[in-house]
Amino acid sequence: MLGKTMLRAAMALGVFAVVGTGLVATTYTTTKDRIAQNEHEALLKSLNALVPPDLYNNKPTADTMLVRSEALLGTDEPVTVYRARRDGAPVAAVLTPTAPDGYNGAIKLLVAINYDGTVMGVRVISHRETPGLGDYVDIEHSDWITGFAGHSLYTTDAREWAVKRDNGIFDQFTGATITPRAVVKAVYKCLQYFIINRDGLFNPRVSTTIVEDVTTASDDE
Amino acid sequence: MSNPNLAQVARDGLWNNNPALVQILGLCPLLAVTSTVINGLGLGIATLLTLVLSNVTVSMIRHHINPEIRIPIFVLIIASIVTAIELAMNAWFHELYKILGIFIPLIVTNCSIIARAEAFASRNDITPAFVDGLTMGLGFTAVLVTLGAMREILGSGTLFAQAHLMFGESARWLTITVIDDYRGFLLAILPPGAFIGLGLLVALKNVIDARRRREPVVAHEVRPAQVTA
Repeated sequence: MLGKTMLRAAMALGVFAVVGTGLVATTYTTTKDRIAQNEHEALLKSLNALVPPDLYNNKPTADTMLVRSEALLGTDEPVTVYRARRDGAPVAAVLTPTAPDGYNGAIKLLVAINYDGTVMGVRVISHRETPGLGDYVDIEHSDWITGFAGHSLYTTDAREWAVKRDNGIFDQFTGATITPRAVVKAVYKCLQYFIINRDGLFNPRVSTTIVEDVTTASDDE
Repeated sequence: MSNPNLAQVARDGLWNNNPALVQILGLCPLLAVTSTVINGLGLGIATLLTLVLSNVTVSMIRHHINPEIRIPIFVLIIASIVTAIELAMNAWFHELYKILGIFIPLIVTNCSIIARAEAFASRNDITPAFVDGLTMGLGFTAVLVTLGAMREILGSGTLFAQAHLMFGESARWLTITVIDDYRGFLLAILPPGAFIGLGLLVALKNVIDARRRREPVVAHEVRPAQVTA
């Protein structure tokens, strides 16, 4: 008697598990292409906001390589590099480094660097900073992040790559210094990585293997 | 219980038994996302949809499951519905999905949804269950939006900021700067502001209820209490 009740209960659970999974699977298949397209469009939109589309004529979303440098790119995960070229000549690279030391954990960035080493623009891809405080690094909340454009390691001294409170040149927000400090540091290190590895980053061979850290540059923070 | 008065069900959901103000359920998303009106509205609508769908489903299957396993089955149903809503939002409201982020999957853990499934939908017909889900959802959304408005005005001096993420580029004009050159009030935006704001809303509701029942708010205004049905 008890066994029969248990069997019925197990079967009911099984049926609902199958129905629930079926619902999720159906929604997944019907929305999969749209979501992928949304993400691709969102990525292309952010890339084009940083690298004007009339500067290049390849497809940066397809011309990618994976690199790894925990010291300079802030994560031990492989980092995607999108390459923009015009008639095969390198124009700019867009890297996706991480600022590991945000107030609430990692801040993922999109950093576009011109072939000459100048920052074309920076955007925050994802963050968990305090709403209304640290989230002002996000372009949706303020244009703070556009302040990086035009700076390079040559025009801006290493000492100046810091927030104003640390005697640098980048603004910080009242009550939220940790977030911009983390972003400034990550952009600076990303530039260092770019300068050291520039020729390798524009290697025309699209490789699917991860390029490991080839730099010996030490962390000067 | 088998044939509840629909108007009473609606009054309970919207006011008398409001999930946020009376049951004090679903506090985690409530307090976390209400820093702006738009965030509150987005999460409110997603929660409303989940409540309606889960209530109707639970009510439909209520005669076919034995009581011992009802809770795991409710959880399965709610989790499936929320995952489907999450995928649909990602596909059709990509921008909004990106702001609400983790709070959409976290709707699964909103206790008010399983509470309605267990306390109401599993004991009532589909129509009352639908009305209950709808009005509970609307009551929850109303609190999210009100709290969002309070915190947005006090904290950032704006109202309906980022409306374009929800309604498209044409809705940018909706954003109102309530206070010009406002330097911001941190407390309102941070979690303590959410707790204080919610506390004030609960207090306000109690004051209104007390007035409506013509109960003495202060000792010397003693009047005979009116019996309400």
